[in-house]
Amino acid sequence: MIELVNVKKKFDGKIVLNGVSFKVERGETFVIIGQSGTGKTVTLRHIAGLVDPDEGHVLIDGVRMDYADANTKTTLREKMGIVFQSGALINWMTVEENIALPLIESRKYSKNKIEEIVNYYLRILQLTDARNKMPAEISGGMKKRAALARVLVRNPEIILYDEPTAGLDPVMSRMIDELVRQMQRDFGVTSVVVTHEMQSAYYIADRIAMLYKGELIACDVPENIKSSKNPIVQQFITGSIEGPIEVQ
Amino acid sequence: MNMKFIKPIYETFEYVGKNILLGLYDAGYILLIFFQSVYFSKDVFRRWREIVKQMYIAGVKSFLVSSIVSFFTGMVLALQTGIELMAFQQEALVGDLVITVMTREMGPFTSALVLTASVGSAMAAEIGTMKVSEEIDALEMMAIHPVSFLVMPRVVALSIMLPVVTIYSVVMGTVGGAIVANFQLLVPYDVYYYHVLDTLRFKATYVGMLKSYIFGIMISSISCARGLQAKNGAIGVGQAVRSSVVISFLMVLIVGYFITALFYGKVHD
Ligand SMILES: Nc1ncnc2c1ncn2[C@@H]1O[C@H](COP(=O)(O)OP(=O)(O)OP(=O)(O)O)[C@@H](O)[C@H]1O
Ligand SMILES: [Mg+2]
Repeated sequence: MIELVNVKKKFDGKIVLNGVSFKVERGETFVIIGQSGTGKTVTLRHIAGLVDPDEGHVLIDGVRMDYADANTKTTLREKMGIVFQSGALINWMTVEENIALPLIESRKYSKNKIEEIVNYYLRILQLTDARNKMPAEISGGMKKRAALARVLVRNPEIILYDEPTAGLDPVMSRMIDELVRQMQRDFGVTSVVVTHEMQSAYYIADRIAMLYKGELIACDVPENIKSSKNPIVQQFITGSIEGPIEVQ
Repeated sequence: MNMKFIKPIYETFEYVGKNILLGLYDAGYILLIFFQSVYFSKDVFRRWREIVKQMYIAGVKSFLVSSIVSFFTGMVLALQTGIELMAFQQEALVGDLVITVMTREMGPFTSALVLTASVGSAMAAEIGTMKVSEEIDALEMMAIHPVSFLVMPRVVALSIMLPVVTIYSVVMGTVGGAIVANFQLLVPYDVYYYHVLDTLRFKATYVGMLKSYIFGIMISSISCARGLQAKNGAIGVGQAVRSSVVISFLMVLIVGYFITALFYGKVHD
């Protein structure tokens, strides 16, 4: 469903991705872990077609996303949603307006229907009290949930999550994890999740990939990642200070 | 030959060349944004709410400053020309000069400067902030074209509001001129206004309106384009605002001259 073929990307001469390849199957939940600044967000942005690689290809259902024309990108993105790391809610619209925005803009739904859908997601993401607040007035965790709601209302086949549980309390984090699994189970959604939390990763992942210095150094089912012999992977998942990872 | 001398020359050329290319690229981007907003003006009815909101913002933000600026522009005009006219005992004609210069040139010009500083800069800041906080990316992911959603309403709003502000400025400038004429040149109000109305020309008015309309489109396209090109966080937003104001000022001067030349340039028939 999603395939990266030898993707290389430099920013201002600095190599960020140095030949990344992986394939995410339909209905799979694929988790990417890695240190801060290794290019996890950049990887997601490649899948979304927001950046084009210097070399290599990005395929969505066999169609090339990289360097595609505006129409192709729009068509491919129609089945895709991304929960940005910062939420990226439109800052001058209320939470409710933000969530309703993609529905209003698609011009496929009646006013009542939109209200119904929005209310449903406000409720399940526990945002009902914040519905009339502006993004600047709500907490980081609420922003994340509002951003997630804005993606879910569109019923995408593919959801890209950029650290969906970072900054959330443990209970809310488990709730989001549960939601990711529920989307997979009930709607067959394909997900790519970037996360730092190993507990979440083990819980939701069908496969976990670790990005290190621009390359995928591991890509396997959670059990095999847990028992990985690679010292870098071991150090990262156990979070120890001693080990081969260079901390800048 | 000694490479030590070649290198700085080479680097100078490289620097100049690179900046010319970047300048051309940015100019092209502004044009692209302009043409895209022309295309997306097909959404004008769907987005009328946003357009009205932007018109309101532009009016409110510029009202006070444009009142003061145009009032004093009229006063200065009356004073400067009045002093010269007095030497020929022709100070009664001061109204002719004030209304002519205000409608043809200073009305559109001062309004454009005021709206660049107050409204254009805010557009660049607003859109730049959205760009660096990934909101523009989020719009694209929802298949919402940022030009249709953000730029077109602003361009339409400013192209309507700048002529409105210009008319208001001309009125304020004429009033400012009247006060100077009355108190410093001792020209009675009725004489002043007789000359103002006698000299007010349809051509001057429509050329002035046309100028304002074009300035409105230019300022909003430039500001939005610079905002959409912002990068590198808050610093980048600051740079976008600064360059949008500088480019708008320059373009208002240059394009203003050419429109004047186009309509009034033929001195000999
Ligand atoms: N548009 C850009 N222009 C220049 N450099 C960029 C750009 N986007 C990302 N980078 C650089 O690419 C590198 C990887 O960034 P990325 O945001 O993907 O990291 P990350 O793995 O998501 O980190 P974190 O866990 O902190 O979010 C960083 O060094 C960053 O500075
Ligand atoms: Mg990131």
